[in-house]
Amino acid sequence: MNYLKETPSQTAGPYVHIGLAPKAAGFDIFDQELGWDIAGPNAKGERIRIEGMVYDGTGAPVKDVLLEAWQANAQGHYAHSEDGRGVEEGFRGWGRVITDFDTGLWGFDTVKPGATLGRNGTTQAPHINLWIVARGINLGLNTRLYFEDENNADDPVINLIEHIHRRETLIAKRRETDEGVVYRFDIYIQGDKETVFLDI
Amino acid sequence: MKPAEFYQRDRQHHGPALHRDYKTSVTRSPQYALLSLENSLSEITGPVFSHNDVDKLDNDLIKNYAKSGDPIGERIIVHGRVLDENARPVPNTLVEIWQANAGGRYRHKKDTYLAAIDPNFGGCGRTLTDENGYYYFRTVKPGAYPWRNWVNNWRPAHIHFSIFGTAFAQRLITQLYFEGDPLIKTCPIVNSVPDEKAVDQMIARLDMNASIPLDTLAYRFDIVLRGRRSTLFENRLEGN
Ligand SMILES: [Fe+3]
Repeated sequence: MNYLKETPSQTAGPYVHIGLAPKAAGFDIFDQELGWDIAGPNAKGERIRIEGMVYDGTGAPVKDVLLEAWQANAQGHYAHSEDGRGVEEGFRGWGRVITDFDTGLWGFDTVKPGATLGRNGTTQAPHINLWIVARGINLGLNTRLYFEDENNADDPVINLIEHIHRRETLIAKRRETDEGVVYRFDIYIQGDKETVFLDI
Repeated sequence: MKPAEFYQRDRQHHGPALHRDYKTSVTRSPQYALLSLENSLSEITGPVFSHNDVDKLDNDLIKNYAKSGDPIGERIIVHGRVLDENARPVPNTLVEIWQANAGGRYRHKKDTYLAAIDPNFGGCGRTLTDENGYYYFRTVKPGAYPWRNWVNNWRPAHIHFSIFGTAFAQRLITQLYFEGDPLIKTCPIVNSVPDEKAVDQMIARLDMNASIPLDTLAYRFDIVLRGRRSTLFENRLEGN
């Protein structure tokens, strides 16, 4: 059995922006910054904005985070051969965003995903998969963002969370603004309100 | 064929979220247990990249930010393969790197180290692996730099690596260190990884055969991403 072992993870460090979001970090090097347009121009469905903060164990905003989002389109299809049901031309479903260095606020524009296939023929409520890296985080943190105006009660992942009051930590709150629909999703790395993180 | 799941990530092989000697991890480590998930389509799929996403020069850090000449520093090639735990190559996957310049300074407004910024060095690059999982970069060897943890902590020379694989479950960020660097053993970030053999996986080897005589040294760095089960028996991932 000549299995290899996964290369160990290391922190993304304080300067992750240079490598993964140089334009957002303030310098121009590539013609194309990757990950700023999640849905593309042809995506069907409701256009939404997601925003939030990431807090550390003292309750302070973490201002050097990089987040990546991975989501299905409005029909619940992933832009990947192993879903295989197809998506709109230009829909990638992947995004990358950094927090504002001064305030810690992050946000991205996308379309609301549809329900996706779960295991054993189940359906997963609409959600966005998130991956969070920063200085001080040795191995990227995975979580999921669900939407408060969807039926999350039957979602197989939500239902795995034994401490029922912690299920709330995965639910984004909807509000209507002049610029459109915004979902707020704050992430607590540690503490009483700690977000449920996933070992995927 | 139905997609099979990824092997469970061996979290004892990685550094724990809380490693007290790495002080920033103290308030940035979850305290509750992670919720373990069996893979669904959400984890088995992941973003796909193509040659339209990267430019030819993106993997050449000696040229991709050069203004008035080449950057200062030892010219090196960093190359290797991206494999999975079954030792199969991972083709067409995005590999991104970032690093300090030869003096140990990053082009970043938060980096105030007194080493000079190099006007000809940006410090980031990216490339896609080929059909055999092979990648390469050309760059200059980064310098060691001090950081605030204990009063006299220095990071060993390193290059940050970001790798995608084919699935969101394979997403990985790591760091490359250089064979023979005495600072490796002193670094609390390196030492967050408990197993010496695991640390060894992050150390690139001098590779004279891949160097270019009278021009550039080479270092070999293979990266391993999580592997997948084969579907001997169906684990009813979907359907029925
Ligand atoms: Fe660094």
